Amino acid sequence: MAVNTMSSSTPTSQSGAMNPTPTSPATAAELVTANAFAVKDLSIWYGEKQAIKNISIDIPVMAITAIIGPSGCGKSTFIRCLNRMHELVPRTRVEGKILFHGEDLYAAGSDPAMVRRRVGMVFQKSNPFPTMSIEENVLVGLRLNGVRNRQVLNERLEKSLRRAALWDEVKNDLKKPGMSISGGQQQRLCIARALAVEPEVLLMDEPCSALDPIATAKIEELIRELRDQYTIVIVTHNMQQASRVSDRTAFFYVGELIEFGDTAQLFNRPRERQTEDYITGRFG
Amino acid sequence: MMALRHDNHSWRKIKSALASALSMLAAVLVIAPLGLVFFYLLQKGAGSVNWHFFTQLPKPVGEAGGGMANAIAGTGELLGIASLIGIPIGVLGGVYLAEYGSARSNWWLRFVADILNGVPSITWGVVVYGMVVLTFKSFSAYAGGLALGFMMIPLIMRTTEEVLLLVPNGYREASLALGISRWKTIVHIVMKTASKGIITGILLALARIAGETAPLLFTAFGNRFWNRNLAEPIAALPLQIFSYAISPYEDWHRQAWAGALVLVVGIFVINVLVRFLTRDRTVRIL
Ligand SMILES: Nc1ncnc2c1ncn2[C@@H]1O[C@H](COP(=O)(O)OP(=O)(O)OP(=O)(O)O)[C@@H](O)[C@H]1O
Ligand SMILES: [Mg+2]
Repeated sequence: MAVNTMSSSTPTSQSGAMNPTPTSPATAAELVTANAFAVKDLSIWYGEKQAIKNISIDIPVMAITAIIGPSGCGKSTFIRCLNRMHELVPRTRVEGKILFHGEDLYAAGSDPAMVRRRVGMVFQKSNPFPTMSIEENVLVGLRLNGVRNRQVLNERLEKSLRRAALWDEVKNDLKKPGMSISGGQQQRLCIARALAVEPEVLLMDEPCSALDPIATAKIEELIRELRDQYTIVIVTHNMQQASRVSDRTAFFYVGELIEFGDTAQLFNRPRERQTEDYITGRFG
Repeated sequence: MMALRHDNHSWRKIKSALASALSMLAAVLVIAPLGLVFFYLLQKGAGSVNWHFFTQLPKPVGEAGGGMANAIAGTGELLGIASLIGIPIGVLGGVYLAEYGSARSNWWLRFVADILNGVPSITWGVVVYGMVVLTFKSFSAYAGGLALGFMMIPLIMRTTEEVLLLVPNGYREASLALGISRWKTIVHIVMKTASKGIITGILLALARIAGETAPLLFTAFGNRFWNRNLAEPIAALPLQIFSYAISPYEDWHRQAWAGALVLVVGIFVINVLVRFLTRDRTVRIL
């Protein structure tokens, strides 16, 4: 299981600051060892039902971590904990600790809105806001958080759409409704919208499962490009996808973390029997 | 085998024809009263709807002509006062039900709102008479507007709740995941998405109370002249229609028909507006 490097995990400049520049000068060695999240003994309940059972895992910074496992094993529940989205479901209960760059995400004074600005999220079903244009969709996070400066907004608009590999396709249609573009473009629009507030982490919950293979390939390429500047955690049902895009892979099974390690190693030489059964298609 | 199937088929055809004939008949029966009302009002009232009707005060008994300008303006003012009370409380109540309330408090709120919706409208008149008219020792536009406003609250609350609940949760989550606060998410994302539905609910509530007479009888009371002070009695179209209709004068009867026609056309216009607002696809879900 993952080597726990919690004590020495946060030498970067990011702890505490609201919106640090994503590429702070960190040495290569630091990048390898630094963890964005250090999860300790995490358990989550929906009412009486326990969905996550005592998971400990360190999620590396500036890398892509994939989470795989059969349906209902708690993948979504787990990543929604990383930006406190699970709190929206009534009667949930969390035990354990999640440190984000050394800070306790669930500390008494911690504001979920602040957490979510640093830890963004892209959902399974693309969901551009239906009343807004493409431009408004990208900028809504900034605008509603008080950014008024037209120049800043314009810069951020182009930058986010470029990063989401959508700029060339929509640059002449920025005023068109966000719902007027194709499904794959909408999902990239949602990625641009998430990137516009400049988060450090991007959580993606099956971002391609509603898309055709071509749109999926585009998003996978985009995810790999984002790797340099963001910590990415992606949930996927598609094992090829996990092996194509991720650096590390975690295998969940009925609420437990069975195995976590280097993606190539996990797929080629799984340590656990259950992992092997799952990736060779014997169950799940 | 063949014959049997054939037989079966034609029997089914007959049944189907019978069913569609019956439902057609029902549809006609639904539309018939509306057609009757319109026909009757046009026949009796159209002759008296002229420029003077909209611009002049009522003439004293015996004098021909005159209009209901004060009553038309009065209804407008009363609806304005009612809106000031009914819209904010109703909309915020709906927001609470859809976005904040716990299952328990919501059950009670909905229960209360549904009871309030069913309270006979004259009750509101009595309540406001006791609360306001007796306290200030005067019938007033405020009292009438308050009675109508009370009626609007549960109507708007329930429609607002319904359209907010139709907004998919994915939009709330997407907004919150951007670090947008709960309140801003509700106002700028959820309510904006449902705005046409909310406006539709408000318009329907206005259409519903515009013709109310009972709650105004001993609150707004009515006035044969212009209202210069909202703390004094005010005319309203339904009140004027009522008092003219029960009068013994032929001329006033014609005016009452004309007033009823104007009222119905006004409500009709509001409903057309609602249709117009709910016309395109994105709104039909809402
Ligand atoms: N809102 C909820 N209320 C109650 N139980 C829930 C809720 N959401 C999820 N669960 C339960 O928690 C467990 C984990 O669900 P979760 O959605 O995290 O699984 P998942 O791995 O994301 O599955 P999938 O691959 O199908 O998306 C499941 O057993 C599910 O039934
Ligand atoms: Mg899931």
